[in-house]
Amino acid sequence: MDNESQYSGYSYKSGHSRSSRKHRDRRDRHRSKSRDGSRGDKSVTIQAPGEPLLDNESTRGDERDDNWGETTTVVTGTSEHSISHDDITRITKDMEDSAHLDCSRHLGVSLAGALALLAFLTPLAFMLLPQLLWREELEPCGTPCEGLFISVAFKLLILLLGSWALFFRRPKAFFPRVFVFRALLMVLVFLLVVSYWLFYGVRILDSRDRNYQGVVQFAVSLVDALLFVHYLAVVLLELRQLQPQFTLKAVRSADGASRFYNVGHLSIQRAAVWILENYYHDFPVYNPALLNLPKSVLSKKMSGFKVYSLGEENSTNNSTGQSRAVIAAAARRRDNSHNEYYYEEAEHERRVRKRRARLVVAVEEAFTHIKRLQEEDQKNPREIMDPREAAQAIFASMARAMQKYLRTTKQQPYHTMESILQHLEFCITHDMTPKAFLERYLTAGPTIQYHKDRWLAKQWTLVSEEPVTNGLKDGVVFVLKRQDFSLVVSTKKIPFFKLSEEFVDPKSHKFVMRLQSETSV
Amino acid sequence: MSYVPGQPVTAVVQRIEIHKLRQGDNLILGFSIGGGIDQDPTQNPFSEDKTDKGIYVTRVTEGGPAEVAGLQIGDKIMQVNGWDMTMVTHDQARKRLTKRNEEVVRLLVTRQSLQKAVQQSLMA
Repeated sequence: MDNESQYSGYSYKSGHSRSSRKHRDRRDRHRSKSRDGSRGDKSVTIQAPGEPLLDNESTRGDERDDNWGETTTVVTGTSEHSISHDDITRITKDMEDSAHLDCSRHLGVSLAGALALLAFLTPLAFMLLPQLLWREELEPCGTPCEGLFISVAFKLLILLLGSWALFFRRPKAFFPRVFVFRALLMVLVFLLVVSYWLFYGVRILDSRDRNYQGVVQFAVSLVDALLFVHYLAVVLLELRQLQPQFTLKAVRSADGASRFYNVGHLSIQRAAVWILENYYHDFPVYNPALLNLPKSVLSKKMSGFKVYSLGEENSTNNSTGQSRAVIAAAARRRDNSHNEYYYEEAEHERRVRKRRARLVVAVEEAFTHIKRLQEEDQKNPREIMDPREAAQAIFASMARAMQKYLRTTKQQPYHTMESILQHLEFCITHDMTPKAFLERYLTAGPTIQYHKDRWLAKQWTLVSEEPVTNGLKDGVVFVLKRQDFSLVVSTKKIPFFKLSEEFVDPKSHKFVMRLQSETSV
Repeated sequence: MSYVPGQPVTAVVQRIEIHKLRQGDNLILGFSIGGGIDQDPTQNPFSEDKTDKGIYVTRVTEGGPAEVAGLQIGDKIMQVNGWDMTMVTHDQARKRLTKRNEEVVRLLVTRQSLQKAVQQSLMA
């Protein structure tokens, strides 16, 4: 998965981030313990630094430029979020925490880098130190040593390339807890290097071993061990999660859009990041305007049923009796709101289809006005346009139809006039048909299609009842929260398949006619 | 009339005696049969159990000897002159009915209304 990091603002080598998890984990544990006292289940934040106060994915009514195409209608935005004082304090606290996290991340990164460098230079040191310290006493070592030098050189080169391929990548996300496998590998490398240095110090430096070939072979064995640790890293970090073992179902809480994904053995936090990566290109964009039923449908509330209790005063079950009576009475009454909903829906469908037809016709017609300049045509230089001008030329004829359509489908916050013009220019440049131009507007696309800065948010909160470094198991449920909606993810194990074999002889396919004859006697 | 393998088939039957009519060189009975163990039993419109591969009367010509004798459309023929007709092929059934040296065939036929009539008379 080679993804551009949307989550990190830093461009440091990810190889150094190996131990950042370990160090951040210590700090996180202290901090989250104090935070968890107030909340029921563990909740940790996947976060990017420098969050703006109002999150990007909430609708804002004041930023849209709605004056193109039509000048008389005014649409007020539906901003459903008001930032209260608690939210402000919470957000500023999160910003402070992120500042702490960055410091520890830098520290962790530099420590990891130092360890890697140490591991890399150790074999060279092993081979150089006897030459420097007691050169005169060393036995001469001809061809076998040179062969070993060459092999050490190439193995170190391979190790370098392999580490670059595996570890030097931009991080995709900031994980809340330490990445267990990476921490494990760090510890392993550290122990390996330390034990080798111990042996070297005691057996070779102290006793001033004369057998140089033995020293070089010792260094070669360290390089081999490092290569095997690298192999272990490849298997643990990359290969183990590839074979699908679980099916994750992700459901968006706001409107019920759901998808299924197959993943391998992952920890909960890594599975969360995987889900988020797929969320941005699979789920249709969250449109809060489409959520509520039209007001006319919901206007009939349970209008006043007054309940009078005749007879004795039974104070204990009076209220429950009352509410139950009200509910029962309301249920028995003929509720026609579903009728209104049905007709409202049908009317809306019709309206959308009418506007869509008008839009398609307008766009088709607009596209017939321009064509690509062929080399043979002799044209006046004043008449030749670049794509931007061509787009502007034909935009006017379709602007009104486009705006009406977007209003009806409540998509107008997502497309500004500038974005439509840019898309039109893009389509003209690549010789796309009107239908290809329209595919972006006729269906609500995934979130990543829309302009990056407005609709892509970076901060998600992972809420889980189990520690997030636990592996996925059957039945694990975790929630990825944002301010307006959340993604509820549940896990199911892929069943164990018993495949049996049945051999079919190609010559065994034979058929007969079905007989129904009737004979007269 | 349902058939359980291994158990004897029991049915309420009616005896029908048909005198063949001579038409030129042939002796005709005046009805058509369908079914047989080599045929497809699911196509039978008259059978109660669609796995029944017996011989059924599919048409009765008007005024023919079969109609005169009382044969009805939809009857299942169980025996012809003592020969069993519940487990025969279509061709065997045709042959048993159209033997040249027989002038009279005595059939045992069954139909659903017979069973119901017997039950009603038992209850009454």
